[in-house]
Amino acid sequence: MIPSNFSYHKATSIKDAIALSQTHGEEAKYMSGGHSLLPMMKLRFASPEHIIDISKIDGLSYIKEEGDFLKLGALTTQSEMEYSPLIKQKYAIFSDAIKLTADPSVRNVGTIGGNIAHGDAANDQPALMLAMRATIIAEGLNGQKSIPIDEFFHGFYMTALEPSDILIEIQVPKAKNRSGGAYHKVERKVGDYATAGVAVHVELDDSGICQEIGIGLTNVSAVPMRLDRGEDI
Amino acid sequence: MFKCKTSPEVGGMGHSVKRKEDARFLHGKGTYVDDVKLPGQLTMVMVRSPYAYAKIKNINKEKALAIPGVLAVITGYDLAEYNLHWMPTLLSDTQMVLPTDTIMHQSQEVCAVIATDRYIAVDGAEAVEVDYEPMKALVDPYKALDEGAPLLRPDKEGQKDNQIYHWEKGDREKTDEVIAKADVVVKERIYLPRIHVASIETCGCVASYDKDTEKLKVYLTTQAPHAIRTIIALVAGHIGLSEEKIRIIAPDIGGGFGGKVPMYPSYVVAIAASFLIGKPVKWIEDRSENLVNGFARDYHMDCELAATKDGKIQAFKVSTLADHGYTDSSANPSKYPTGMFSICTGSYDYEHAFAELDAVYTNKAPGGVAYRCSFRVTEAVHAIERMVDKLAAEIGKDPAQLRFENFIKKEQFPYASPLGWSYDSGDYKATLEKAMDMIGYDKYKKEQAEKRAQGKLMGIGICTFTEVVGAGPSKDFDILGIAMFDSAEIRVHPTGKALARFGTKSQGQGHETTYAQILAEELGIPYTDIEVEEGDTDTAPYGLGTYASRSTPTAGAAAAMAARKLKAKGKKIAAYLLEVSEEDIEWEVGKYFVKGAPEKSKTIQDVAFAAYTNFPPGMEPGFEATHYYDPPNLTFPNGAYICVVEVEEETGAIDVKRFVAIDDCGNIINPMIVEGQVHGGLTQGIAPAMYEGIVYDDEGNVLNGTFMDYLVPTAVESPHWETGHTITPSPHHPLGAKGVAESPTVGAPPAIANAIIDALAPLGIKHLDIPITPAKVWEAIQAHKKK
Repeated sequence: MIPSNFSYHKATSIKDAIALSQTHGEEAKYMSGGHSLLPMMKLRFASPEHIIDISKIDGLSYIKEEGDFLKLGALTTQSEMEYSPLIKQKYAIFSDAIKLTADPSVRNVGTIGGNIAHGDAANDQPALMLAMRATIIAEGLNGQKSIPIDEFFHGFYMTALEPSDILIEIQVPKAKNRSGGAYHKVERKVGDYATAGVAVHVELDDSGICQEIGIGLTNVSAVPMRLDRGEDI
Repeated sequence: MFKCKTSPEVGGMGHSVKRKEDARFLHGKGTYVDDVKLPGQLTMVMVRSPYAYAKIKNINKEKALAIPGVLAVITGYDLAEYNLHWMPTLLSDTQMVLPTDTIMHQSQEVCAVIATDRYIAVDGAEAVEVDYEPMKALVDPYKALDEGAPLLRPDKEGQKDNQIYHWEKGDREKTDEVIAKADVVVKERIYLPRIHVASIETCGCVASYDKDTEKLKVYLTTQAPHAIRTIIALVAGHIGLSEEKIRIIAPDIGGGFGGKVPMYPSYVVAIAASFLIGKPVKWIEDRSENLVNGFARDYHMDCELAATKDGKIQAFKVSTLADHGYTDSSANPSKYPTGMFSICTGSYDYEHAFAELDAVYTNKAPGGVAYRCSFRVTEAVHAIERMVDKLAAEIGKDPAQLRFENFIKKEQFPYASPLGWSYDSGDYKATLEKAMDMIGYDKYKKEQAEKRAQGKLMGIGICTFTEVVGAGPSKDFDILGIAMFDSAEIRVHPTGKALARFGTKSQGQGHETTYAQILAEELGIPYTDIEVEEGDTDTAPYGLGTYASRSTPTAGAAAAMAARKLKAKGKKIAAYLLEVSEEDIEWEVGKYFVKGAPEKSKTIQDVAFAAYTNFPPGMEPGFEATHYYDPPNLTFPNGAYICVVEVEEETGAIDVKRFVAIDDCGNIINPMIVEGQVHGGLTQGIAPAMYEGIVYDDEGNVLNGTFMDYLVPTAVESPHWETGHTITPSPHHPLGAKGVAESPTVGAPPAIANAIIDALAPLGIKHLDIPITPAKVWEAIQAHKKK
């Protein structure tokens, strides 16, 4: 339960982090809350030689509505989302689901960006983002890019992010008047990874007819999965 | 119910006083082995095998030794120079300390790295290059006895196959005859899987050998410090470690449950390393190591229960295959290789029984930990309680009614069981009646009928167990020949306060409080004025430690007996002080007084002071007493547990709606502590019933070696436990107490299994082995639907 030796670098800005990543190449790994990465390092399943700590970069922790989107800063902790009045009021699927993730001490440190960038199909948040049809904003060597959530997850711990890319924001379409969702998690023990989980988001028109539906699944495949056939119905 | 004899201030038996030890635990001030930091201390980390069965072709230490701070890599060859590479087990088997040529189970210790700190030691362990030649592991115990199975222990002289021993008890012929002629015979193969003792504190030690004084001091996570001291002296006497030079200190222990009884190879390596290097060496097992080493259970039991058509039980037979891993390192202090398995005839009155067992070697970790039960009682109780329910289902009789008709009756105690135990006391009928009243049994029976009519799955499960604890009378128990007595030493100081020391060792049971309460009960000295110490072999009287629910039956009895010696001496002093003859002195808790003149009295504190200042001429001064108690019999706590479950047919999800546990553990010292014990034990009972089980693949790899896959239930998964008591004092124990810690762990699994299987009965499902998981239930439902 002791990781291999590594060098620790504290990034002061996104540019600084990207420069550090470029210097140290493939042996470097970004870390925000560290609650997915550190356990893997302790078990020596992952042994990055350089850790670039992005958790102290200013301006990446926010929850706000802007334009057509709810914007979530990548360094927003899961607890901040859980207790945000805006989320509770208009995007309750997030606060409902996050309550089921691990335990409060993990949620106090673990970030929404890290949870998604880790690319683990067992994490709860990716399914939510699938259901909500989110867009991932990342910054890398060639500036910013936006990646639709459906193109983000590539495989077991693999995502569309290049080694130098930092996930900086998640954009979720702004809540419509009659919309809502829920997350159902089957777990053997509280705080566990899901045996399986499902996130469902629906939007109704004024007459109560369903206009839009998003369904994301947790831990049923190597990647977080959209239930296309379910949505078609 | 028990009536308190003392005031709450004195806090004798029956008072729910708060635990004296809790302040330091709640404030984070406990001292566990890993808190011990000695000057110059080094750290040891083990290299462990990825294979279950392999030849070691070479161990290359070079790269590890090249890391600054790595001081030594110790292999089996290094230990062989001192003849320390093997050690004997309690059951006359042998266990590798470190291997010289063959690996026998996955995660076996291969060699040890000693370094200046733990970080370096772990890097060193990774840098050791071991060249293995993997071999086909023998994993299935049923194949271990096949002809042509590889001989796993050719190192043992005369060992021709993989059988460790055959054991049997009872009359085979007569039992077979009764079974052959019976109206009804129910049969089942019941498996109790390997489970893990998930103590919050893992194992560890700090071994410190001083070359100048030739003294060895070991801080050790052990439930039995004196026994370990003697074992070390016997095993390592030839290198100069003799018993007077060895001091074992068991500081605060974060849970034992039997897992801290054995002598683990790493302890021996740490001691050897300190002996060779002359510096303190610390070894702390990490969680992953703890999870895959040592286990409990692993019994495959073929059971047959015979009865008349009305359900009068006539005979029970059980043939067991026991998977011991590569050596029989069972932590079993009884004279019988299967411990107390012969309690398997249960709480019922019938004449014929036969039990036999074959133990075999496989390429799995050794262990044989008696996880929170007297050795093999959990297995025994599960077998009989499942079979009784199966019989009830077979003949269509209510399982409670079937039990009432077969119970040993109150007036039959002491009861000679068919396999040779003498049950001390019990009132099984009253205990089950109380449980049925508390849960509302008839109401649930009705509800169940209604639910079944609606196609819903609801089950009610009963377990009426009899435990056998308190190891034990020297006729049945010993460790390396040492009788299983236990001890108490009381020193009452001139100011009337006391220090009491015991040969047992609390791992969370609350001894510092309950022993003080026993002495308060006997002497009238407030429990707050009595300090209790255990665990240091240099100061505590010799004892055999804490496991098998033995502390109250043995050391608790010793405390009472030692206190009575003091009381007798005090009477003489009181007579002297009051200027009357001893015959004229009477005692009420805490006070001697003159018969017929109660105003003329001396308190126990007055008498203690006089014992140092103003004692009768010719009397030995001081107020101290010691007692070593060899119990005349075991104690037989019992209980009736009832569980109500609902099962969701679509998913197999199990919901425990109610769980009522009525325990009869005789007289109770501290009801609050007993309730805590029962809650913890029930939770450790639902664990194997619904969650836990070590899973191996065909290569002998443990597939669930982390808490992510090995599910240990928490408070959230636990149902609301409802507890209660009947009190039938033990007739042979000085306090009438029996011990309670293990009953709930033993009694809960069959109650839960019986409830779930009862819920599934309408689908035709007659048995499921524990752990009964949603997946297992779902599969069983699908299989029966196809039929």
